[in-house]
Amino acid sequence: MSLYHLQKLLYQLNRDPELQQRFLEDKEAVLEKYKLDEEELAAVKKPDIGLLYILGVNGQILMHYAAMCGYAWPEYIQAMRDALEEHGNVRAGLYVTTDGKGAI
Amino acid sequence: MSLVFAGVCSHGPGMTGRKDMADSDDVETLYAAMDNMREALEASRPDALVVIAAEHFANFFMNNMPAYCMGMAEDYEGPIEDPAWLGIERTSVPGNPDLSRRLIERTMQDSDVAYAEEWKFDHGIMVPLHFLTPRYDLPVIPVNINCQGPPITPLHRAWAFGQALRKACDSVPERIAVVGTGGISHWPATPDSGKINEPWDRDFLQRWAANDRARLLDYTDEQTYLEAGQGGFEIRTFIAVSGATEGSTASILYYRPIPIFAVGCTVGIVDLEVAN
Repeated sequence: MSLYHLQKLLYQLNRDPELQQRFLEDKEAVLEKYKLDEEELAAVKKPDIGLLYILGVNGQILMHYAAMCGYAWPEYIQAMRDALEEHGNVRAGLYVTTDGKGAI
Repeated sequence: MSLVFAGVCSHGPGMTGRKDMADSDDVETLYAAMDNMREALEASRPDALVVIAAEHFANFFMNNMPAYCMGMAEDYEGPIEDPAWLGIERTSVPGNPDLSRRLIERTMQDSDVAYAEEWKFDHGIMVPLHFLTPRYDLPVIPVNINCQGPPITPLHRAWAFGQALRKACDSVPERIAVVGTGGISHWPATPDSGKINEPWDRDFLQRWAANDRARLLDYTDEQTYLEAGQGGFEIRTFIAVSGATEGSTASILYYRPIPIFAVGCTVGIVDLEVAN
């Protein structure tokens, strides 16, 4: 687990249009600069927004990445709900502090 | 001069970005309330607007997270979000570095704040500005209170920051307006987005309108997280405004839970006694 680095990647993508462009052109070149494990790399590349939520990415970071990936708002919310069904509770981060289900 | 205006409002990105998905009466009444707030702000003839916000990882991250930060830039760009997603065009917002510096120096006498000469606005500031200064012609001085990445500042420190900011406002010749912007109970950007604890919100707003320090500080983060969600941590922005206006009660112009905007939308104005 490297939630810090995963969130850092998404934070930097969210605020930097040039990095976004480089990422869209060559994901591997951008991703190799971050210490991510295989599951995180796969979730970012796919993108699997629901799994990123389960891995613990803060929604305030994740919603912008979802928008960047073309998710409409209802699709974004549904992706997280589906992921809770598929993967079980959130594994790390802020949403794990209560029952691990995040907001629900 | 002094503080000539103080108020609070919501900043949910849905307020602009998802207005077409909302009930038209919700949109019309909320927009009318924001318009009333703009008119009150303009009537106070401010020279600058201090926005006390709770940004969402637009500038500050867990690599170096300030509990409090004030902007000291010539100008600010925003929104960082896709303009189409947020429903607000990307623009440049004027700052006032000289005034910022004087306010920061005075605030630092009583509160430890970081400063930033570079700052990109996210919806947390752009949504309020879209309504309150739609021509982006009033110099803005942004303040951020970290409400997103724990550990976060205790509530009593948010009050103390507000007090320190007030002393700073009173120490400069300019007319200063302060707007705090945050959610009350809400679970933004999570699977439970749209959930709103209305009784909790109304109770909080009662405490806020009464400027009741003891009751405003009488929350633990554990309790707030359970009852008001992650978004409830943003009450710090409201509490800072209360600290800045200690002794003055306030009026709630608007409160209505609007689930598609993911928050109980709120507009409040402090009943300040201002000498013209």
